[in-house]
Amino acid sequence: MPTAFQRIYTKVEEITKATCTVHATDVGYEELATVNGQLAQVVKIMGEKVTLQVFAGTQGVPTDAEVVFLGKAPSLKVGDALAGRFFNAYGLPIDGGPEVEGREQEIGGPSVNPVRRKQPSELITTGIAGIDLNNTLVTGQKIPFFADPDQPFNQVIATVALRTAADRIVLGGIGLTNDDYLYFKSVFENAGALHRIVSFVNTTEDPTVERLLVPEMALTAAEYFAVEKKEKVLVLLTDMTLYADALSIVSNRMDQIPSKDSMPGSLYSDLAKLYEKAVQFEEGGSITIVAVTTLSGGDITHAIPDNTGYITEGQLFLRRDTDIGKVIVDPFRSLSRLKQLVIGKKTREDHPQVMNAAVRLYADAANAKTKLENGFELTDYDKRTLDFARGYSEKLLAIDVNIDTDKMLDTAWELFASHFSKAEVGIKQSLTDQYWPGQ
Amino acid sequence: MTATQQHTTGRVSGIISNLVLVQVDGPVGQNEIGFIQMGDTPLMAEVIKVMGDKAYIQVFESTRGLRPGMEVRFEGHMLEATFGPGILSRNYDGLMHDLNTMSGIFLQKGDYTSALDLDKAWAFEPLAKAGDEVAAGHWLGQVDENGIPHKIMVPFKLKGRYTVDSIVEKGDYKVQDTIAVLKDERGTEHKVSMLQKFPVKQAIKAYREKPRPYQLLETGVRTIDTLTPMVEGGTGFIPGPFGSGKTVLQQAISKQAEADIVIVAACGERANEVVDLFVEFPELEDPWTGRKLMERTTIIANTSNMPVAAREASVYTAMSIAEYYRAMGLKVLLLADSTSRWAQALREMSNRMEELPGPDAFPMDLPAIISNFYARAGIVHLNNGETGSITFIGTVSPAGGNLKEPVTESTKKVARCFYALSQSRADSKRYPAIDPIESYSKYLEYPELQRTLNEQIEERWTDKVNELRNILLRGKEAAEQINILGDDGVSIDTHLTFWRSEIVDEIILQQNAFDEVDARTPLDRQQYMVNKVLEVVDRPLSFDRYEEINPYFKRVINAMKQMNYSAFDSEDFKQNMQELEETLAEREVEEG
Ligand SMILES: Nc1ncnc2c1ncn2[C@@H]1O[C@H](COP(=O)(O)OP(=O)(O)OP(=O)(O)O)[C@@H](O)[C@H]1O
Ligand SMILES: [Mg+2]
Repeated sequence: MPTAFQRIYTKVEEITKATCTVHATDVGYEELATVNGQLAQVVKIMGEKVTLQVFAGTQGVPTDAEVVFLGKAPSLKVGDALAGRFFNAYGLPIDGGPEVEGREQEIGGPSVNPVRRKQPSELITTGIAGIDLNNTLVTGQKIPFFADPDQPFNQVIATVALRTAADRIVLGGIGLTNDDYLYFKSVFENAGALHRIVSFVNTTEDPTVERLLVPEMALTAAEYFAVEKKEKVLVLLTDMTLYADALSIVSNRMDQIPSKDSMPGSLYSDLAKLYEKAVQFEEGGSITIVAVTTLSGGDITHAIPDNTGYITEGQLFLRRDTDIGKVIVDPFRSLSRLKQLVIGKKTREDHPQVMNAAVRLYADAANAKTKLENGFELTDYDKRTLDFARGYSEKLLAIDVNIDTDKMLDTAWELFASHFSKAEVGIKQSLTDQYWPGQ
Repeated sequence: MTATQQHTTGRVSGIISNLVLVQVDGPVGQNEIGFIQMGDTPLMAEVIKVMGDKAYIQVFESTRGLRPGMEVRFEGHMLEATFGPGILSRNYDGLMHDLNTMSGIFLQKGDYTSALDLDKAWAFEPLAKAGDEVAAGHWLGQVDENGIPHKIMVPFKLKGRYTVDSIVEKGDYKVQDTIAVLKDERGTEHKVSMLQKFPVKQAIKAYREKPRPYQLLETGVRTIDTLTPMVEGGTGFIPGPFGSGKTVLQQAISKQAEADIVIVAACGERANEVVDLFVEFPELEDPWTGRKLMERTTIIANTSNMPVAAREASVYTAMSIAEYYRAMGLKVLLLADSTSRWAQALREMSNRMEELPGPDAFPMDLPAIISNFYARAGIVHLNNGETGSITFIGTVSPAGGNLKEPVTESTKKVARCFYALSQSRADSKRYPAIDPIESYSKYLEYPELQRTLNEQIEERWTDKVNELRNILLRGKEAAEQINILGDDGVSIDTHLTFWRSEIVDEIILQQNAFDEVDARTPLDRQQYMVNKVLEVVDRPLSFDRYEEINPYFKRVINAMKQMNYSAFDSEDFKQNMQELEETLAEREVEEG
């Protein structure tokens, strides 16, 4: 309800699908307003002409709509009471509970001074060898799953989240189907983890443009727990492709010149601003982001995955391995850029070389497979690589494997020894001397 | 400029993201700096277009909360770098504010810290004396900055000729103290301190000439030094899809290159990567001097979450600092990761101003902007006969990894070394993923470089380099044949050709940037390994069946790889060599 200090205007001059323009004075850039009760934000000021982006869309907005400026940028009330709750894109409860009391914090706040960051060095374990062995994650890292829409990415990130030792999990659901929303809710509940979790959810039933607020809401909550409570926070953002789609809708409606794949020219900066919230603070708190970027037709050169790949610290690919009939984390295309900081240091010394050797041999197997498909004869070595690949997929890469990293390394050595000679594996001699089984 | 000069002021009248329209009350210049007064906070901005009494300015900060009517004050000068002793070891933002002296964990708007420590005293030693004829860039004196003789020069802004009227004695001075008084031809006095400023977008041209580069710049990266050498004062670029190894390669170069000064511009990339430098550089040693790497390095950080408008400025700031040190007769290495982010920043702004877009919506003049920037690098003969150089290597992040895009194409026209990172090499972990066939160093065609290489390394070195190239080319053809015809569809010789190129690939090209020993290969060791590889490749070997070839070569490669991982000439190294010799002897063709 408008108060005496709020400025109210009732003459809307222009209306497009997502924006409307009013004559108004003393308005701040990015200030919030309501247009007939719907939330909107200032996106352009030209003299006294103020353009507002209406989050829910402008359907039904009349030229005499009541526009009220709220004198503040979008914000979230932060506090411990966020824990265990589900909110919409505006940070309002959708779980039937009361509104959260707390300090009002603007979303999309300033960036951390890079010299105040700490180099990430704390290992995150998930029990999944495709991650822990080949693409080790670290607190303060940002990494997406690049997945086809029909892959079980939400199940995988839920598993990852619950297996890690995070103090806090923040879910940013961007255009989630109602079924997936309920899925997350029930897994979190069943795991007895609800008290560790804060969720901001925009479902497919909600207006598209509202989605733009979800990641910043989630990250603002994450920053509260990481900075003020010094907690290890894991943020899940799914599906960032739908976030980028919403960006393109808005920018196209504002007549901006689209660049590749009809995405705004600022896509890189827009995405980077979110992902760069991942950080390890000196005082112990951290924000780690695990996101999902769905691909269309597996095309990673599309502007959304492409820009994402340039921003994040690696990417994880899921693939169905038809030989073993299970989903695996693809060792070829997946990469964790920060693994160097921990493997062989926080994990066993043989980790880096074992990991590389296994992937190399797996690549040889892929070549052998191609040969086979093209009707060529296989050498003895080719056949052994194929046997190795099968064992590697089944015992290590499959997403349902849940073992610790030492066990993963031991398993890899066993696979090496049962299929290859030491020279074929090509690991540094000092390590082979120590770890080659049965010598 | 005098103290009584009137500043033009204006008022904000429009805001679209960080593009702000200002109604001005007096003259403004293109690229002039202005400050918007937002309450108590000054927001720095740059004029990018003027139409009558309207100036379009790009704000180097978030404009959230900015309102029409807020006052803007123009400074009467363009964006400037601040020069003086104490730049080395410092971490700056894109506008050359010291990140370490800013307050708080988060970057605050308007927290504009000084580039130099104004209170620190430096031991100044005069090099000029009263009565000397001098001009811009002339060395008046020097101070010791981290063991590097930092020259105090006649300010670059001073045009024409001057006479040294007086210069201070050897002693300790702060950067703003007057150390000399110069008189111009009309007798007017000019006080000179150790601190001077110069516009970042203008090249510093206090040198006599810019010859063609002629000398190798050793990087310790085998595939670069041996096959596609970079030169002192050269230019190069590293395009590659995400994850192909641009940053790792550039960081390896920054750690190992034979340079006096290294300027790293982190331009719109990840903050964690800059943190790597903050953490490692104070610990790691400069292989050339034994001092800490940080002592020779300055980092300009405009990471991707920092204001976009300052991204463009960041590369110019870095180049400006490089030019400053070059004018001291030093060997400067300048690295920018990634120049594509800079181009994107230009694109964002150009779109907001509704300029007619060029290809992929980049500004029409992008090729010219890139070309002008690269042209600022180079080796120069200073007016006093000394030599200084800026070697510049930029990374390019092509959209979709496709090299047919404006930034890559424009850069390819001006940069003389092309280090193309290939997705397939990166996928198979063949790091550094520089494609040996696509990539080139135009400098290798310069007779002057060929001459120095053959003198410095060994006679006919360049022939050996060509030989390596040919082996790789033939190997590629052999691999294609094997793919098409199958293992048993080609001759034993074809298999041998392929595997010989694999030796070159595995032993010379591939190099593990994370292995202490392998990461850096000094030139003498490169020479040794190249000769060893050529010797192994030249050996006639006899095989009856193709199936024997693969396991055999794997053993040869393994032995040589172990050599790469062992300290040069160590016991391990010799043992691996022994192993190699034994393996080779197994297949030796009987003479006669
Ligand atoms: N020389 C090398 N030795 C070993 N590993 C390497 C090497 N070069 C690259 N890598 C691996 O590749 C990963 C990605 O490299 P890097 O970060 O340099 O890619 P990039 O091309 O800069 O990507 P982006 O464009 O996204 O910044 C590294 O984290 C590392 O795992
Ligand atoms: Mg990079």
